[in-house]
Amino acid sequence: MAAAASALENEKDSKKLRYAFGNVLSLFILLLIGVLAFSIRLFSVIKYESVIHEFDPYFNYRVTQFLTKNGIYDFWNWFDDRTWYPLGRVIGGTVYPGLTLTAGSLWWFLNSLNIPLSVETVCVFTAPIFSAIAAWATYLLTKEVKGTGAGLTAAVLLAMVPSYISRSVAGSYDNEAVAIFALIFTFYLYIKTLNTGSLFYATLNALAYFYMVCSWGGYTFIINLIPMHVLLCIVTGRYSSRLYIAYAPLVVLGTLLAALVPVVGFNAVMTSEHFASFLVFIIIHVVALVYYIKGILSQKMFKVAVTLVVSVGMVVCLAMVAVLVALVASSPTKGWSGRSLSLLDPTYASKYIPIIASVSEHQPPTWPSYFMDINVLAFLVPAGIISCFLPLSDASSFVVLYIVTSVYFSGVMVRLMLVLAPAACIMSGIALSEAFDVFTRSIKCQLPELLSDSQPGAGDMASGNTVVHNDTVKVDKHSNAEKNDETVKERPSKKNRKKEKEPVEKVSIKSRIEKRLLVLPLETSIIAIVLLILLGAFYVVHCVWAASEAYSAPSIVLTSHSHDGLHVFDDFREAYAWLSHNTDVDDKESILTSLNACVLMGIPILINTHGPLSVFTVQHSLAVKTNKLVASWWDYGYQTTAMANRTVIVDNNTWNNTHIATVGTAMSSPEKAAWEIFNSLDVKYVLVVFGGLVGYPSDDINKFLWMVRIGGGVFPHIKEPDYLRDGQYRIDSQATPTMLNSLMYKLSYYRFVETDGKGFDRVRRTEIGKKYFKLTHFEEVFTTHHWMVRLYKLKSPKNRIRGKAKKSKSNQKTSSTARLKSADKIKKNPWH
Amino acid sequence: FFYLVRVGHPINYYLQFVTRFYIHFTAEQVVYMAIVGSFPFNSFLSGVLSCVGTAVLAVCLRIQVNKENKEFKDLPPERAFADFVLCNMVLHLVIMNFLG
Repeated sequence: MAAAASALENEKDSKKLRYAFGNVLSLFILLLIGVLAFSIRLFSVIKYESVIHEFDPYFNYRVTQFLTKNGIYDFWNWFDDRTWYPLGRVIGGTVYPGLTLTAGSLWWFLNSLNIPLSVETVCVFTAPIFSAIAAWATYLLTKEVKGTGAGLTAAVLLAMVPSYISRSVAGSYDNEAVAIFALIFTFYLYIKTLNTGSLFYATLNALAYFYMVCSWGGYTFIINLIPMHVLLCIVTGRYSSRLYIAYAPLVVLGTLLAALVPVVGFNAVMTSEHFASFLVFIIIHVVALVYYIKGILSQKMFKVAVTLVVSVGMVVCLAMVAVLVALVASSPTKGWSGRSLSLLDPTYASKYIPIIASVSEHQPPTWPSYFMDINVLAFLVPAGIISCFLPLSDASSFVVLYIVTSVYFSGVMVRLMLVLAPAACIMSGIALSEAFDVFTRSIKCQLPELLSDSQPGAGDMASGNTVVHNDTVKVDKHSNAEKNDETVKERPSKKNRKKEKEPVEKVSIKSRIEKRLLVLPLETSIIAIVLLILLGAFYVVHCVWAASEAYSAPSIVLTSHSHDGLHVFDDFREAYAWLSHNTDVDDKESILTSLNACVLMGIPILINTHGPLSVFTVQHSLAVKTNKLVASWWDYGYQTTAMANRTVIVDNNTWNNTHIATVGTAMSSPEKAAWEIFNSLDVKYVLVVFGGLVGYPSDDINKFLWMVRIGGGVFPHIKEPDYLRDGQYRIDSQATPTMLNSLMYKLSYYRFVETDGKGFDRVRRTEIGKKYFKLTHFEEVFTTHHWMVRLYKLKSPKNRIRGKAKKSKSNQKTSSTARLKSADKIKKNPWH
Repeated sequence: FFYLVRVGHPINYYLQFVTRFYIHFTAEQVVYMAIVGSFPFNSFLSGVLSCVGTAVLAVCLRIQVNKENKEFKDLPPERAFADFVLCNMVLHLVIMNFLG
């Protein structure tokens, strides 16, 4: 008796020790996952240099620079006069501050510890750090849904999934770098609150949601998914008071916190994106009241009371709906913003807002891109969904809803594959972990029988295991038998996957007692485990390849391999450096130009609520830089302001369609008309990207049709068919005269024939149409080494007077010049 | 998942308190806004949402503290109250910030 008691004590101690060992192992694995997530994103830093990629990150970098230099108060009130000339941009009110504040505070913290990292380094490495933290958040989330084993698997999958790598590589300093972490963390806290019913986690949930709102416009996904899930729980009869505690404080606190962020402001209560949360808020109160009353009253009175409550609730609901409908019907987009509406109705953007349709990230994805971006997970996800249904809990229903909605949205826009990635990882983690569970359990159950054939003395062990099979065994004997099997099995495992087996075993202890055993034949299980490990190996190989080859290119620097080694095309930075060194930043107060700028304010423009008020008040104290502006297509705006430090007309924010259409019209018009338009905007330099010499496919000639479409959307005299020959876009001798006379053609191909004598465009693969021509209103000031960026300067007005004599003879195609003819000597508006 | 209470218990008093104070107060604010106009909108929003928020939090506390509620029998009432206080502090901090 005493021996048995002491044996029991030993069992308990060994169990505690093994739990402690399991915990330490999990922690160590998590640390390794963090290191993995961080290091797989460093390819671009190793292959190129620590530089910021793409276009949007340059803007964030510039904002962070401003924040670190001037402090937070100036940052909140910053009015940027270097972009969108002459309108400017209210940075405090139009930027999602989460990313910049995070990087800024990281920089400040490191500097206060006397670690002198530059702002650029912090910005470049913010994304890998937060992806490591996001992997940990995925572990926490999946642990709440299914358990530790699934958590670790999901975390390791997320650390490597190519879709997430593509937007969070070192140097990609964009909102999604922190936003995905905020998304997963908010979901984790929501599930945690749902599981525990603690108000503490509800508060944390609201704060994490606030961080998400600060970081990314995709926060509307959260504020619609959670109400959807609450509704699902109510409808399927899973209402509980924990649901109320998880949801109601979130709505109130969340709406308040969202309204605090200047970008969102009152949109938090006025746009359709948030209405779902309010509706479900009312519904959950009605349901809560119904259940509450059910408890107090007797049966008859309950029926009466229920009808009363439900009718009152319906009335309130209908009143709310009426208010919403009134608000919504008054706006042409039914209260949704353009981007959200294009998500719900994929054809909306192409019909009404060509700018949104033109961004390549907003196109629907192709099938191969699914396999490129989430690879193996694509077919592990259905297995995960099934596994979530056995058994169905609140948390697993939430994850199922998450994956279904994110699959739909990723089918609408390629960019949203990023939101699909965590869901896919969670599902696949669950699936893989459950599969491993079944197979290892089968092996464990059958291995001692195998052993008992060779070792007759292990009869007790075998009998212990048979007791296990009957589901009545105590936990300690169970775990003791297991431990022996575990050590025997781990030796033959070659690949380093035992990290998954130990925590899986912890989960399977509990599940084994509860579930009935499904024992597969031993050989099948072993082969299946080996195949699963092989699957994982393929996934890893693909992810590493994708990270190093496909997603690590900083598009600011291009390389190509040729027979004589590596060619580096650093043309962009060359051009911006030239701009910043060879042009002046002239600060001149000019009453005339500021008055003119006020006149331009009268144009109907699509801006947010903060725009007109603040711009008007600042306008008169604005130090106007006259005649030192750079005009280019909006892709390059951020880079120009950040690296060349010059004022631009339009940039990547694309909030003002008319302004962009003006630039597009100018690019599509003949030289004279374009000169007029640019002169009215105080432009001095025009920047054109041209890839014909080296074969760079994303140059302005390829984007030209979008310029025509966007320009044509606002200025009807620009018609797209004028630029196409038989519906085909060409630049060779068969091109239309409108095309050959347009500014974009001329600026791209000026003197191009001097390079190889024939003017062969490597991207379009033809010889150009008009080869020998002179520019009358522009002069070339700089062309980079590989002719990728070309800079032109507007010639001063003296030429125009000379040109006026010629103009009466030439054929006027565009009516905009006819309109401009009657303008007076001071700068005029082309659209009055 | 429902919580039984005896009639004549402080619950009736509580229910009256909730209906009379919070709902009344919210309705009053909405009426005031309808009369005076919605400028400044942020003050109106913060006022209304503070009422609604504290009502919600009070209900949550009530749910958690109720002894007959089976799901929360492991939760000590002091912890529930501490959570309530924390949540209220965060809510009011945000309200005061938003009040303008």
